[in-house]
Amino acid sequence: MATRGASVRRVMTSDHAVGWAFASPAVLLIIVFGLIPIVWSALLSFQKTNLLSPAHWVGLANYRALPKDPYFEQSMVHSAIYTVLFVPFSVAGGLLTAIALNRPVRGIRIYRTAVFVPVVVSTIATVIIFLWVFDPNFGLANWLLGKVGLGPFAFFTSSNGALYSIVAMTVWGWIGFNVIVYLAALQGIPRELVEAAEIDGAGTLGIFRNVTLPLLGPVTLFLVVWSSINALQLFDEVYLATNGGPGTATYVPVFYLYKLAFQQAEAGYAAAIAYVLFAVILVLTVVQLLVGRRMVHYSG
Amino acid sequence: MSEIETIDLAARADEAARMMREEEPKSSRFLFSSWHLVLIPIAVVMVIPLVWMLVTSLQTLEETRHYPPTLVPTSLEFHNYTDVLKQAPFSRWFVNTLVVTIVVVAGNLLFCSLAGYAFARIKFFGREVVFVLILATLMIPFQVVIIPTFLIVKRFGLIDTLGALILPNLASAFGIFMLRQFFRTLPIELEEAARIDGASRLGILFKIVLPLSGPALATLAVIMFMWTWNDFLWPLITIYSPQNMTIQLGLATFQGAHQTNTNLLMAANVMSMIPVLLLFFFAQRYFVRGIATTGLKG
Repeated sequence: MATRGASVRRVMTSDHAVGWAFASPAVLLIIVFGLIPIVWSALLSFQKTNLLSPAHWVGLANYRALPKDPYFEQSMVHSAIYTVLFVPFSVAGGLLTAIALNRPVRGIRIYRTAVFVPVVVSTIATVIIFLWVFDPNFGLANWLLGKVGLGPFAFFTSSNGALYSIVAMTVWGWIGFNVIVYLAALQGIPRELVEAAEIDGAGTLGIFRNVTLPLLGPVTLFLVVWSSINALQLFDEVYLATNGGPGTATYVPVFYLYKLAFQQAEAGYAAAIAYVLFAVILVLTVVQLLVGRRMVHYSG
Repeated sequence: MSEIETIDLAARADEAARMMREEEPKSSRFLFSSWHLVLIPIAVVMVIPLVWMLVTSLQTLEETRHYPPTLVPTSLEFHNYTDVLKQAPFSRWFVNTLVVTIVVVAGNLLFCSLAGYAFARIKFFGREVVFVLILATLMIPFQVVIIPTFLIVKRFGLIDTLGALILPNLASAFGIFMLRQFFRTLPIELEEAARIDGASRLGILFKIVLPLSGPALATLAVIMFMWTWNDFLWPLITIYSPQNMTIQLGLATFQGAHQTNTNLLMAANVMSMIPVLLLFFFAQRYFVRGIATTGLKG
């Protein structure tokens, strides 16, 4: 008995048992709510199902239907336009803002806080603010633009302007994040490098082009990849600000798949769109990393 | 994200956190520099929408329907705020969100600490495989798995309850990964000495490792707080009844019903932002560290 008790205790306190005991609550949660859905979603994309009655297998039919679906095509086009505008504005804008905020001038902490605050404002709060700022009749934006002879614009309610209004709103909400990352990188640049360039007679612009910018290469690559991923996953802002409209002017893939899955009972087709979107994001990320690595390496 | 990149990011995040603590440089003798010409317009563009929200929230309905818009309040209608509380169950939504957020943050601190420590320090069977699988879930966009996750939560009978918002989020791959990385940077000698003295793993974790991990735990707590408080898509799909809504979902409902009562809408908006803004001002460096490490916005 004594030896048996001892061996039980040895098993109970062995690294295997303790390790699993520590890890299992979290691991179990992540398996149930993280891993199983990934596999299940893949299976769904080969089925026709409304989530209520029994599903049946349709092979690749969901994927085959995608190229002929005008809503899907529109969603992808809008998503491409949005990404092409959002990424450069938020990354380049973030860099310029970070450079200005990196100066040792009076009141710098106030300016930094002003730029960071929108990052913690929730999407719905941001949308409510911008629906008001961009209000065609009483909004601040039309009044200010009118002062410099522009407008008036219909913003979210115009089929030509809705997507661009979403770009402007999301750049406002996101730019603080990019600024924080860039500021941290700027603070990490060794002073000796800048001083050496100054001694060699380089001007402010020369130092920026030949010293600062190359050293920011890796951070820029990270921000371009990260902003692109988030741009392609756009949903909340569209759902809340325009609900895909006017008409279908702001349909984007995640909004379309949400409508399909939860309003039109086409869960299988929606899952196929989700996987296609995932594939697009994956390919774009790999391409950006490959191209970026080469460029970053070149200048560094 | 490769390990090297993450470490690189963590270093950068520390840099950012240090920067936030920095006092204003002594060399700024001049009240005005030419950089202010750049900084002031940027700050104004960032802050004006928020200021206008605040001003509008204190106006009468007639004032909000005035053109050109008034940026300086002519009256202070503080009753707008109490009117909002009378017209919609905002206090209920507040309590719901607070309950969900606190439980989710506490769950993450506990479960991610336990798992993160196991992955960092204990060699157990299957450790590497399980860890890679957990990391894999970080790379899949939430939208890809949203339908099956909904079905699983439905099978648990949690749809339209706060449980739907709590249970799936009690532990996160991100938290496990972050804490594991942090625990590995702690000196192992302390733990080894405690083991020789006969301390259990649980004792070591709670009496030695966690007390040394304050900044990492605070960063995780702040990120999870912001993420849970601001989450929208998941509550939108799982909650239908007004009495079970979170503040974000309730705010969206309120917006649908009060589109023309701009002053009340803005008052509701201001109230919804207060907890996160307070947290931001008091824990700014953990926010900055968290954001620079991850990018968990929205």
